[in-house]
Amino acid sequence: MMHLANRSLRTMTLGAALCSLSAVKAASAQDTTFRGVMISGAYDPLRDKIGITVLPVAGAYSDSIRTIISRDLDFSDRFTVIAVDSADPNALRPAAGGTLNYPLFARLNATAVVQITSGGTGLHVVLHDVGHSKIQNAGDFSLPAAGLGRDWRLGVHRVSDEIERWMTGQRGIAATRVAFMRGQAIRIVDSDGAAEITVPTEPDGGSPAWSPNGSTLTYTTFGVSSRVLVLDLATGRSRSLIGPTRNTTYLTPVFGANGTSIVYAREGENGSDIFSIPVAGGTPQQLTAGRGTSNTNPTLSPDGRQIAFVSGRLGRPELYIMDSDGSNVRVLTDYDFSEKNYRSDPDWSPDGRLVAYQERINNDRFQIRTIRVSGGTPKLLTSEGINEQPSWAPDGRHLVFTSTRSGVRQLWVLDTESNRVRQLTKSAGSKLASWSTRLSGQ
Amino acid sequence: MMRTSRIAVMTIAALSVATLDACHKTPPPQPAPAAAPARGPDADSARRAEEARLAREAADRAARARADSIARADAAARDAASAAATLRSTLTATVHFAYDQSDLRPDDKATLDAKIPILQANAGVTIRISGHTDERGSDEYNLALGQRRAAAAKAYLVQHGIADARIETISYGEERPVAQGSDEAAYSQNRRAEFEITAGGNALKKP
Repeated sequence: MMHLANRSLRTMTLGAALCSLSAVKAASAQDTTFRGVMISGAYDPLRDKIGITVLPVAGAYSDSIRTIISRDLDFSDRFTVIAVDSADPNALRPAAGGTLNYPLFARLNATAVVQITSGGTGLHVVLHDVGHSKIQNAGDFSLPAAGLGRDWRLGVHRVSDEIERWMTGQRGIAATRVAFMRGQAIRIVDSDGAAEITVPTEPDGGSPAWSPNGSTLTYTTFGVSSRVLVLDLATGRSRSLIGPTRNTTYLTPVFGANGTSIVYAREGENGSDIFSIPVAGGTPQQLTAGRGTSNTNPTLSPDGRQIAFVSGRLGRPELYIMDSDGSNVRVLTDYDFSEKNYRSDPDWSPDGRLVAYQERINNDRFQIRTIRVSGGTPKLLTSEGINEQPSWAPDGRHLVFTSTRSGVRQLWVLDTESNRVRQLTKSAGSKLASWSTRLSGQ
Repeated sequence: MMRTSRIAVMTIAALSVATLDACHKTPPPQPAPAAAPARGPDADSARRAEEARLAREAADRAARARADSIARADAAARDAASAAATLRSTLTATVHFAYDQSDLRPDDKATLDAKIPILQANAGVTIRISGHTDERGSDEYNLALGQRRAAAAKAYLVQHGIADARIETISYGEERPVAQGSDEAAYSQNRRAEFEITAGGNALKKP
């Protein structure tokens, strides 16, 4: 993962002498390089990305904090992180009472410089506007005392997201997690691929999906005792919401938009249909009337008013949209009689505009597409290996998906704007990812 | 328990056969003395010898009969066990499906047909059918497809008179492959419905 990330970074090593303004002036005659500066790695034009530098961090866990925040800013795909190193890290930071060496960072194409001091209760963060040679923003962020743990890491990720908001007006997605399935277990990993854990579930658990507030997962069990369950991540306890029911497999549960209901599919002896049930428990409401066909994989529009789902009512799995009460069903993906395509695993984007899904292109090879909710020509996003099961990040820009491009099934993250991909998981067989909302804490 | 008693029977049979062999080997029956005038002490001894010979032959016959009956019982037990095994394997024989299909092919119907008389003759037997898929396609779609395959196999049995309540269906989708690999040879083995006896399988009766 770091290898991939580094390809788009510009790694620069500065000689100590360069940290003086005169050295910069001496180099200013040149266009993009400086005397005494080594530029390594592939050089990506900055284009519309913002050049940003994270200074060496002062205080506790300094290297970890700088690494995590630099990587988060890189993974946001909104910044080009300019890694600057000096023989004397303190030389890059402004002296006490002094100012940052803005001209130096201007020469490095850095629009912004992040200066972090790690103290007893958290981080003091200063964001420098290089162009205007001034401090643009500053803030204090508390962190759990136990450094390097999951909660602490989430706290650091939140700092990255706030820096991104200071710069772009939009919060980042670093403080998010991805739930997925591997080896008959449900696992959760941080958005940067670190801190992967197994969560306790009933046996044969699968198809995890996050609640809107990130505190619970819903999932199903398959096999002998198929159920829909809700897992409280704080206690690790699972509560059975529906099932087991004889001759029935429960499938693809997701939370409703406000988190008070769960929409799922049940495959009985006569096809499958989509149902909704209050999270608190109650009577399931049937939303589709499949009459023996397959109706699965519900995904809700952000306002909760519509549900996209997969139906085999035309003979092959296609995507449909209906109102949340089951009325007004219409086909979203046009059925192509000339090819045995099928479309499945839809996920409605957080901005409401798009549905991402997988489509069988050639026999058994799936690729990921997006289609506008209003219809039209779908956009093909992948081509390398078999790519399936897309799930949107809360920024509506990144997707996590399952891909065989490395030879085995792994989770990857795609930036749908730049088409940059990075590998999220490092263990074979990872699949069925669900990206959380922005997580506020513990 | 069944198995232990069968082994005991077989041991007894083996011992009896060994005893019988010993009888045959130790003193071979004396040839009958040449016919002599049936009177006087010679006649008495000849009669005694004849009686002894007849008694020996009777004992041999009895031993043989006993051994034969034990062997027959053993064979019957073996036959019964093998018949039960055959019934069991017929009842649990796997059916297979075409790619992305849950309808039964003629071969699979024949496999199911063979189960029907056994289920009819053993009213206490209940079964669980688990549907499985190959690794291609959406994981969750495959869970649904597995359930449909199990349901299709069940529906066929129910149509042929087996009580609905005796058959449970579940799905494992692509999560329990029997063959590893990403080729048609593996796929075709993995697209299947498995049959498990959940009750009444200990004393299967022949139809």
